[in-house]
Amino acid sequence: MKKLRNISNRLYPAALLIGLVLLWHLVSSTGLVQSYMLPSPVTVVSAFVGSFSELMGHASITLTEAFAGLGISIVLAFSIALLMDRFEPLYKMVHPVLVVTQTIPPVALAPLLVLWFGYNMEPKIVLVVLVCFFPMTVALLSGFRSSDTDALSLMRAMGAKKSQIYRYIKLPNALPGFFAGLRISAAYAVVGGVIAEWLGGKGGLGVYMTRVRNSYSYDKMFAVIILVVAISLILMKCVDLLERRMMPWREPERVQRAAEGGAQDNS
Amino acid sequence: MKLEAKHISKRMGGEQIIRDVSLSLGENELVCLLGVSGIGKSTLFNVISGVLQADEGRVTLNGEDITGHAGRVSYMQQKDLLQQHLTVLDNVALPLFIRGVPRKKARVEALDHFADFGLAGTEKKYPSQLSGGMRQRAALLRTYLFSHDVALLDEPFSALDAITKSAMHRWYLALMERISMSTLFITHDIDEAILLSDRIYIMTGPPGVITSEIAVDRPRPRGPDFLVSDTFIKHKREILKLLSL
Repeated sequence: MKKLRNISNRLYPAALLIGLVLLWHLVSSTGLVQSYMLPSPVTVVSAFVGSFSELMGHASITLTEAFAGLGISIVLAFSIALLMDRFEPLYKMVHPVLVVTQTIPPVALAPLLVLWFGYNMEPKIVLVVLVCFFPMTVALLSGFRSSDTDALSLMRAMGAKKSQIYRYIKLPNALPGFFAGLRISAAYAVVGGVIAEWLGGKGGLGVYMTRVRNSYSYDKMFAVIILVVAISLILMKCVDLLERRMMPWREPERVQRAAEGGAQDNS
Repeated sequence: MKLEAKHISKRMGGEQIIRDVSLSLGENELVCLLGVSGIGKSTLFNVISGVLQADEGRVTLNGEDITGHAGRVSYMQQKDLLQQHLTVLDNVALPLFIRGVPRKKARVEALDHFADFGLAGTEKKYPSQLSGGMRQRAALLRTYLFSHDVALLDEPFSALDAITKSAMHRWYLALMERISMSTLFITHDIDEAILLSDRIYIMTGPPGVITSEIAVDRPRPRGPDFLVSDTFIKHKREILKLLSL
């Protein structure tokens, strides 16, 4: 019964997606839109298959940047959030500035980063870090700070050290938010890498994108876009799996919610 | 005397919360602090447990001055405060982990008491899977493992529904026959106070002061019929008068 419901839940977005692709095919195959402006899905798929090995080569570069950036962001997010939670003046000082920095569009920063770090992987990784660390830092910080005050005072009454309070109360309390942040960051990481690559470099999906655009191969352009979407989705799914691994205590709730007809949880 | 608090006063935010409160707790005694909500009972507990600093007064445990020292007497609040990310076993063993007992040893020690506390079979579950009464029993076991010496229970049963609560009372009285734990507990429930305690301190205010002390006549163990006995009614009438209700 539950399985059936899950399948039918997935059918709704799938139906919309199939409908859109059909519409796309119709529009381009009937000549309503010129095929050089909007290549048909069939052409895009064949372009994807035709340049598969090339795409994978570039994808591996982008993924390397994304993972490096994401890894650095995670470490950075934990350190910053920990320090800001631990020292109140630091929180007051840094938090507003941190929020302001997030209003800077990353696309605007990319040329500067190229200027400072050159055409290798460094500017890409830096950009990925800049877009990724913030969602996680904020999530961690609010998790730390929203810990139940009664639980904290119980821990103190039991004579717990600061590190034990983090280990048993604050960190677990921050984990759900952290994973929500990580899911967003994982998607940002790939996009951030691609954007940074637009400005030049030796390889990567963004570099490939500008290359095929300059040669007017829009079918390959679409193929890259689809690949970026696929990679982002896979990464987000990986975060989901990691989350379930790291928070086994949520499993009973999930089972219960599913049993009660919780249609939301179709993962 | 096991635990003594002498002349405790505490102001918070410019307001006198408790004034010159003194009380004592004997070995293996069950003493209750009774008063209406918001009178400063929890503040007094926070001072005794060392989480809050008192403006005046001293707290001694077995004659040793523990004023302002956390971690000496165990403390249980109205909320069970079980951590949802830990199994019931780890939740209960948490005070041992904090004290630095190796994990394995702590778990074995905790598990020894599971049957006594009516928790057998729940060790691998998570708190979200337990009923309210069971969660409260788990919290009580955690309190017990933290210190067998002196326990402060802040309205331990008040979040439970009436039926679960009276079942918990019966279970608690039976448990107290088997284990020894000097207990000071807070309640605003007059029946609960008379049913469970050896002595009752009445707190009125604000500011919170202890106005009287009642020794409950009948020795433990007390059966369910105690609730309708003459002694019970006599005490209840006395307390109602003292609280001017």
